[in-house]
Amino acid sequence: MKRIATLIGLAAVPLAVLGVFFVLPVSGMLAEGFWVDGHFDPAAVAEVLTRPRTLRVIWFTVWSALAGTTVAVLLGVPAAHLLHRRRFRGRGALRAVLLVPFVLPTVVVGVAFRELIGEAGPLGFLGFDGSAGAIVAGLAFFNVAVVIRAVGAAWESLDPRPGEAAAALGASPAQVFRTVTLPALRPAIVSAASVVFLFCATAFGIVLTLGGLRYSSVETEIYLLTTNLLDLQAAAALSIVQLMAITALLVLTSRLRAVADPTLARTTARPPRVSRGDWPSVLATLLVGLLVGLPVAALVVGSLQVGDGWGLGNYRALTTVGSRDALLVPVTDALVTSLRTAVDATWMSLSLGLLVAVIVTRRSHTRAERRVRGLLDGLFMLPLGVSAVTLGFGFLITLDEPPLDFRDSLLLVPIAQALVALPLVVRTLAPALGGVDDRQRQAAASLGAGPLRTFVTVDLPIMWKPLLAAAGFAFAVSLGEFGATSFLARDERPTMPIVIFHLIGHPGAMNYGMALAASVVLAASTAVVMLAVERLRVPSLGAF
Amino acid sequence: MLAPTLAVVLAATACSVIGGDDEPGKETASGQVSKRVVLVTHESFVLPEDLQQKFEQESGYDLVVRASGDAGVLTNKLVLTKADPLGDVAFGVDNTFASRALDEGVFAPYAAKLPAGADEFLLEGDGDQALTPIDNANVCVNIDDTWFADKGVAPPKTLDDLYKPAYRDLFVTPGAATSSPGMAFLLTTVAAYGAKWPDYWARLMRNGAKLTDGWSDAYQVDFTQGGGKGDRPIVLSYDSSPAFTIADDGTSTTSALLDTCFRQVEYAGVLDGAENPDGAKALVDFLLTPEVQAALPDSMYVFPVDSSVELPADWAKFAKQPTDPFAVAPADIAEHRDEWLRVWSDITSR
Repeated sequence: MKRIATLIGLAAVPLAVLGVFFVLPVSGMLAEGFWVDGHFDPAAVAEVLTRPRTLRVIWFTVWSALAGTTVAVLLGVPAAHLLHRRRFRGRGALRAVLLVPFVLPTVVVGVAFRELIGEAGPLGFLGFDGSAGAIVAGLAFFNVAVVIRAVGAAWESLDPRPGEAAAALGASPAQVFRTVTLPALRPAIVSAASVVFLFCATAFGIVLTLGGLRYSSVETEIYLLTTNLLDLQAAAALSIVQLMAITALLVLTSRLRAVADPTLARTTARPPRVSRGDWPSVLATLLVGLLVGLPVAALVVGSLQVGDGWGLGNYRALTTVGSRDALLVPVTDALVTSLRTAVDATWMSLSLGLLVAVIVTRRSHTRAERRVRGLLDGLFMLPLGVSAVTLGFGFLITLDEPPLDFRDSLLLVPIAQALVALPLVVRTLAPALGGVDDRQRQAAASLGAGPLRTFVTVDLPIMWKPLLAAAGFAFAVSLGEFGATSFLARDERPTMPIVIFHLIGHPGAMNYGMALAASVVLAASTAVVMLAVERLRVPSLGAF
Repeated sequence: MLAPTLAVVLAATACSVIGGDDEPGKETASGQVSKRVVLVTHESFVLPEDLQQKFEQESGYDLVVRASGDAGVLTNKLVLTKADPLGDVAFGVDNTFASRALDEGVFAPYAAKLPAGADEFLLEGDGDQALTPIDNANVCVNIDDTWFADKGVAPPKTLDDLYKPAYRDLFVTPGAATSSPGMAFLLTTVAAYGAKWPDYWARLMRNGAKLTDGWSDAYQVDFTQGGGKGDRPIVLSYDSSPAFTIADDGTSTTSALLDTCFRQVEYAGVLDGAENPDGAKALVDFLLTPEVQAALPDSMYVFPVDSSVELPADWAKFAKQPTDPFAVAPADIAEHRDEWLRVWSDITSR
């Protein structure tokens, strides 16, 4: 009992944050759907679920998300091998660049993709525009970085000795991978895949832009129902479906994640150079490079076009408010706002995420304790499964009374972004934390170390890289977040995606060029920040 | 050991929003009697800095702008929060959403003194004059004149032309379900063809019309004169768009087909239950002043309702407005929006 009390105590802060900024607003919106004119009417909600359109939408969401996840995992795992277990020139830069899609606003990605695959584009002959294939490619484009980073971080801290031993005993590289490496990586792969699936299943802009309006997912449907038709019953019905589906997914993945011996090494050997046998990883990385590189290249080329010639005019214009005062603040100011907001969102989601990860990975002594941990684990993944509009409208109708009067708060944007990033942070930290041998902690404790000192000396040296990876994710999510931010941002301080959206939404070659240039700047800033995070090393940590 | 971590955290907070360099004066607690006016609006709202200052100096109120979402999001926000309004005054509810807001009692009556010509934009069925027209723009089919000249093809003129074989695979439009101009175009066809509008759309789709998610996709990517140089010379856009496609020789490369237009009017109104109704009224009046009306074309890409205001040179020359655009009664839109969108989706996703 005492252990459960400690558990709840540790979870108090994350739970309070989640309760106020997620559970309360979402229940508020669901209640709007269930209570019609003051009385409870669940029948109307249930009726929505029997509509043929609803079933079609749910079916499309499931299969497109599965396909997107499969492509992302199949490309991402081998690429993670090359990028995290092999040494070559430009590795850090490549890793940083691959995270770029993650921050690009979907409206820009849509434009970049469609410039490539559209009827008039260089890849137009493929007839890809407006097809389900384009949606799957778009989903993979966004999410392959998640797989690479999450799996790569785990792979880096994997003890290489069991594999070497197997090889010494005559196992082929394929056998070593299948029998030693893959089982050890399974928690990380399952974690990454489940997050990617959730991202795919709740993707919004990509489905609309690349699907040519022929496809609707649960998320696009909720958006339409809430913002256009104000049919809150139908929206509530679909939100419930989303929440239930995600709960089911979490239960499933928690089973798949469990491994017999998850011990990770605290030091890593210097990775070897790329060799001939690495061809599958090299091939996968090349494909990922194409998938990510082509649309980004299309953006860069577009941003350098000025009139019929080439130049840097679009970039010079970024320090202005546009040719006709189209913007309230120069794009450069928006970049500063974006970076500041991202710093806040990052530390918020890292501190919350670390607490949650510690809570969910500690060894349980009783079945009840394990249940509570499992429940908490799932609870913090739920924000991924709820539409930004549901959350946004929910904020407005529930957080309006003191002491929870947050509607006008400047904190709302970073908090919303931190919540969006939280599942990713937890999923990056938890597998690594779970891989720390509990006996080391017990040894430290028996030698007189307090909980904090145990964490710093035992956990932190192993956690360092996953922490950096998680920080990078949180930062990138925040920089690129559009859905919740566009709902909450106040126009005196717009972030980059908001400004880009504004620019691209108006005619005039200047606005279009500036939107592309701003996207390139956003992408480049992200890459630079990621590169800096990669370079951050504190060597003394290993000395404890 | 903790020192570096602490340093990182401190550095992080120092360069963050919460770090404390925010202007504190504007953030008064909502319970206090304040001299501020809170304007709730959509994300396309841009009022130049000097005009905001002018309002604050002349009225003595602090102006706080809360802008997010599109016109639909704005309207639904106002409806959902009507018991505890988000601000004092709202701008940006348009004639396609106005009925919903009025039916729900979001706005309080306020009959502002209208400038010349503005009364023709008053909302049909708004007896109390809760909504004050501020600007208008027409959603029209646009064509790339240079493309048709180069190909030696006679350009289309009417809605009927769009489904003729000569214009096969040439038209691109944002969808009605996801885009506000797209919805306006659906309403155009409802006004033009009455109950037969679904037949029109079926013909349009058979003739290779392309649908996109939003305006920017249609205009910037697929339209031949958009930023991305697409391959479709007919696009759904606005009557003001030709003012933004001026070639080196000083003429516009595009034009709007004035027989295909639907009029969108944006309104401002005092919110029912506003903390500062006087400030709200002052802002509605301010939006009607010649200075703001004259700034509308450049900052928000719309026409002023004040007919005496001079338009920017490019607009006066190239942005022609239709004399008799299509219209659908706001009450009809409120009643049938759901049904029309469902029928439309069935036809277009076939």
